[in-house]
Amino acid sequence: MSKVGWLRLPLAVTYAFLYIPIVVLVIMSFNASKTPFVWTGFSTKWYGELLNNELIREGFINTMIVAVSATILATALGTMLAIGIARYFRSAIVEAYSLAPAIIPDLALAIGLLALFSLIGVSLSLVSVLLSHVVFGMAFVAAVVIARLGQTDSSLEEASRDLGASAVSTFFRITLPSIAPAIIAGALLVFTLSLDEFVVAYFTDGPTTPTLPIVIYSMVRFGVTPEINALAALLLLVSFTIVLSAQRITRLTDSV
Amino acid sequence: MTPLLSIEHVSKAYDATQALDDVSIEIQPNEFFALLGPSGCGKTTLLRSIAGFEDPDSGAISILGDDGTSTSLLSLPPNKRPVNLMFQSYALFPHMNVRKNIAYGLEREGLSRSEVDARVAEVLETVSLVDKAKARPAQLSGGQRQRVALARAIVKRPRLLLLDEPLSALDRKVRVEMQLELKRLQHEVGITFVVVTHDQEEAMSMADRIAVMHDGRVQQIADPVTLYSRPANVFVADFIGSGTLLPGEVSGDTFSALERRLPCNNASGVHGPAVLMLRPESVRVTPDDSDACLRGSVIETHFYGGSSITAIRVDGVEQPVVARSAGAPRYSMGEEVGLLWDAAEAVVLAVGGSSETPP
Repeated sequence: MSKVGWLRLPLAVTYAFLYIPIVVLVIMSFNASKTPFVWTGFSTKWYGELLNNELIREGFINTMIVAVSATILATALGTMLAIGIARYFRSAIVEAYSLAPAIIPDLALAIGLLALFSLIGVSLSLVSVLLSHVVFGMAFVAAVVIARLGQTDSSLEEASRDLGASAVSTFFRITLPSIAPAIIAGALLVFTLSLDEFVVAYFTDGPTTPTLPIVIYSMVRFGVTPEINALAALLLLVSFTIVLSAQRITRLTDSV
Repeated sequence: MTPLLSIEHVSKAYDATQALDDVSIEIQPNEFFALLGPSGCGKTTLLRSIAGFEDPDSGAISILGDDGTSTSLLSLPPNKRPVNLMFQSYALFPHMNVRKNIAYGLEREGLSRSEVDARVAEVLETVSLVDKAKARPAQLSGGQRQRVALARAIVKRPRLLLLDEPLSALDRKVRVEMQLELKRLQHEVGITFVVVTHDQEEAMSMADRIAVMHDGRVQQIADPVTLYSRPANVFVADFIGSGTLLPGEVSGDTFSALERRLPCNNASGVHGPAVLMLRPESVRVTPDDSDACLRGSVIETHFYGGSSITAIRVDGVEQPVVARSAGAPRYSMGEEVGLLWDAAEAVVLAVGGSSETPP
């Protein structure tokens, strides 16, 4: 330990580099001044203003609708995809293509989806955003669950069948509990990704139902206000809570 | 006696390899039966076919019910077969404790809670794991896990218990203990056991009868003593135990090698090229070579405490002849000696093709 003591310095610098912008953001969200980068005193008034801002409230509701539904759909479909690939179609190519939407550039995905929606005549609305988020969300869930299925012993399922359980009962009693941590982790991942997803939403959203990131973007175009800082701080709190609880849940279920 | 399990002409091919080739075996009630062979011989495929995880291409597998009627297993899914399999990896459910693992199969049968509890308690007693009922599989030692896997299978009271390499995951020391334990348990619960193993010592020490398999075919089915002393063919002679295989030829009812007639037991059933199998303990080394069957020079001696091994090179024979004798080695390296054996203990085996099991 003492041999690498000097490494604490670069570690501290790296963490400072990572977290100073976030710390500045949170501090400035409590700034009383109207100009966002000059400190004039402590205030929580921007948080209050935030709640009264009609546009932000609407954007928040739209985002929650999309994020919650996308999480449910992508988790269910992604889990099914993962089980299908891992148990019935073991093929590197099939697996690679199922994960592609998680890796290809957002911009390519967004343009592709927009082209597809106009081709088949789907009008742009929250539904089209939701479908788009399900596309990449599914791929993320599948990636996490496939990895977990790869680690679980498939003879567990055979043992369950051997002991008299039907295929359905085996799925719910043996397969699902052993991949549950991965499913939960995948779901939380989709939720956090959908919550602040901008590029795909910008392309596939209808004009009357902006999601929160689109609302923020249009507000920032006229300059950063302390209100935005407060909003960003709140989003940060939500993301942190989710990530930490995801870690806690996976650890809990792993240790049992 | 009507066999408990009949395997009739079962074949199974994967792409180019013939995993099972016309396998027929009959297993008697309360028997401890072993399927023995090198890896890839088809023994695990056969076991999984009985359990329902492999589908043979042809043939039939049927089991005798309590009422004396026989049921075909192949049409039933694994969860409807009156057999249980103990997996090589044990396949204990990691998210359930020992008690729940064992109760799992009984709960699937829809038994009442009190009956499940009673039977789980009884089987925990049998495998001496009462104090581990609340433990998770991850907290157990290898030997304890093996006992949980065994308990989980026998608590179902199957007609037949299949065990896939039951001891391979254990340390050598625990393995010997568990060999005895398995045999004791089989007696105690009165269930027919079918064990798959590649370890001939394990099979010989535990099983009542053994089927030796190679390349998807049954080479011989016999009790351990017969397999050792009267192997049916060269493969079995080579695979079981150690010994010397002397190449030669049979004409009429005599076996000859190196232009000498050698004493043997059963040459009349064989014609043409053949080998003579000599077990080390059948070969006697003598300094006086007047009436010796063969002559050679000592090239190696090993002392194992209670017994010693002497390897003798015979001119014209590639493999040295190995003899085992009690006590310390009596001959030194390079010494010229004679070799003697009783005709009754030397078995002639046809080369290329299996001869019938000698009487």
